[in-house]
Amino acid sequence: MSQTAAQLDTQLNSEAAIVLEKVNKWFGSLHVLRDVSMTVAQRERVVVCGPSGSGKSTMIRCINRLESHQEGRIIVDGTELTDDLRALDTIRREVGMVFQSFNLFPHLTILENCTLAPIWVRKMPKDEAEDVAMSFLTRVKIPEQAKKYPGQLSGGQQQRVAIARALCMRPKIMLFDEPTSALDPEMIKEVLDVMIELAESGMTMVCVTHEMGFARQVADRVVFMDRGEIVESGTPTRMFEDPQTDRLKLFLSQILRGH
Amino acid sequence: MSSTTVNDTGSTPRERPPLLVAGPVAWMRANLFNSWLSSAVTLALLYLIITSVLRFIDWALINAVWSVPKNPQGIVDATACRDIKGSGACWAVISDKYRFILFGRYPFEEQWRAALCIVLFVGLFVVSAMRRFWRQELAYIWIGTLTLIGILMWGGILGLDYVPNDTWGGLPMTLILATFGLAFAFPLAVFVALGRRSTGMPAVRILCVVYIELVRGVPLISVLFMASVMFPLFMPAGINPDKLLRAQIGIILFGAAYLAEVIRGGLQALSKGQYEAADALGLTYWQKMRLIVLPQALRMVIPPMVNNFIGSFKDTSLVLIIGIFDLLTSAKVALAEPAWQGYSTEVYIVLAAIYFVFCYSMSRYSRGLEAEFSRSARR
Repeated sequence: MSQTAAQLDTQLNSEAAIVLEKVNKWFGSLHVLRDVSMTVAQRERVVVCGPSGSGKSTMIRCINRLESHQEGRIIVDGTELTDDLRALDTIRREVGMVFQSFNLFPHLTILENCTLAPIWVRKMPKDEAEDVAMSFLTRVKIPEQAKKYPGQLSGGQQQRVAIARALCMRPKIMLFDEPTSALDPEMIKEVLDVMIELAESGMTMVCVTHEMGFARQVADRVVFMDRGEIVESGTPTRMFEDPQTDRLKLFLSQILRGH
Repeated sequence: MSSTTVNDTGSTPRERPPLLVAGPVAWMRANLFNSWLSSAVTLALLYLIITSVLRFIDWALINAVWSVPKNPQGIVDATACRDIKGSGACWAVISDKYRFILFGRYPFEEQWRAALCIVLFVGLFVVSAMRRFWRQELAYIWIGTLTLIGILMWGGILGLDYVPNDTWGGLPMTLILATFGLAFAFPLAVFVALGRRSTGMPAVRILCVVYIELVRGVPLISVLFMASVMFPLFMPAGINPDKLLRAQIGIILFGAAYLAEVIRGGLQALSKGQYEAADALGLTYWQKMRLIVLPQALRMVIPPMVNNFIGSFKDTSLVLIIGIFDLLTSAKVALAEPAWQGYSTEVYIVLAAIYFVFCYSMSRYSRGLEAEFSRSARR
């Protein structure tokens, strides 16, 4: 690594949790991320919104390399994402992710879902992992479901387990990829409540969501993406009350009409 | 009358539908006698079934000869059988030759060892079938039991006489070929299936594809011929691994290729989200496969896997053509004895029954397992 890059990393390490620099990505010939640059500070809560197909999910999935980018740099917690597997392991350990479709492991109990990664990745003793898991399950308000299997739980409960599962690894950063989009309306609130509580505890969060109420309540910054690029970003109040671009105005009008 | 019926059902709700709508009589009327033609066909088939069953009972039980006398030199006198040939079964061939059919040329006084091996095999299958034993220890049970079977068959230690494996035969041989075949083919198949889907290592993927396609492109018979005839030609002089081992390896390589494709189906059927969730948690590739992917993928492919096992169990009989003494070979050799020539029907019926017991238990078991899994999936 060159001198300047090393210096940059040290500098960023102390300031930023996530840095994206001119990130470009193509799916075949489809240009899905165009020169995306963004910095997320420690303890900052960022909400990413935009119409479907705007590249917001792809961007968030690049941060823990479920998708790989082709151009530009991504630095997470001071480590640059490259093909180096060791760097990737380090980053995935520090970054938790919650998916739209929960992706709990159906063949394991709720408790086993939560203890699996701490035991195998963090090499935590089983008893300790179970204690940690129970404390997070209590925090998402479903300790009594610990012995059940995911299939026995409602969607909202499953998503809360998914959040607890990610938290059990004690990540520094949490990524949420449309966590409430697959939920029935009456279950959205229970998941958002958990996320709000988490945001207030000072977790660094990047959250792709259409829940504008959530954005208003907890986000430090809202980033609006369209057609693979970041069009506009700013505080929630500024973004919602004084949108600068036509694309954001159009998007907001569609979102509000939908609600 | 119809109006009274309606009134009746209105006042006292009936617990069950009337017999003529849902009972066995109704079923027969709907399925067997619903028209002129179908009634005729039903009756004709009924007649055929009854007469053939009666004739079979006549042949197999009533007119059958169960044993024949032996003269002091130990030569059987099959005259009784010859007298009833065509009208009755000669089960005497079984009672005379059953030990040869079951154990082949294994030394007569040592055949208790081969019999014990059969018991061990069956015990191993039963234990493996119980979900309560589905954990790490099962692998050790397999290794232990297979080692024990090896010791019993070969001997040479613990005061057991050494029995070279070219005298092994019969049912133990079939079970050895099938079980060792499965025990090695299964892990190999898992690796090949994973290799075929690996994106990071193109060389491994190509190797796996070539292996699967090569093996699937040729019949098992030619694999066995290659193993027994061609393979030694390519080996340096003096090195000549024994024929049984070569055939066994052929069966393993053949079975693994088919099994790998079945397992690959399971890997593909598993949702991408499961792989991603495991990745996002920081699990390594092997942890992801062992803890998340394989337990779910293998569960999904139990029915086609069992189908495969049944197929390879029966395929082991093809070793007949390279002169390995499995159940089928020893039966054929038993029939070559002058006194018993011409009684192949009886012997093959017994053979079929043995194969059927094993294959049908596998099939029943997989059906039960499938039902159990679909119940727990709905949980």
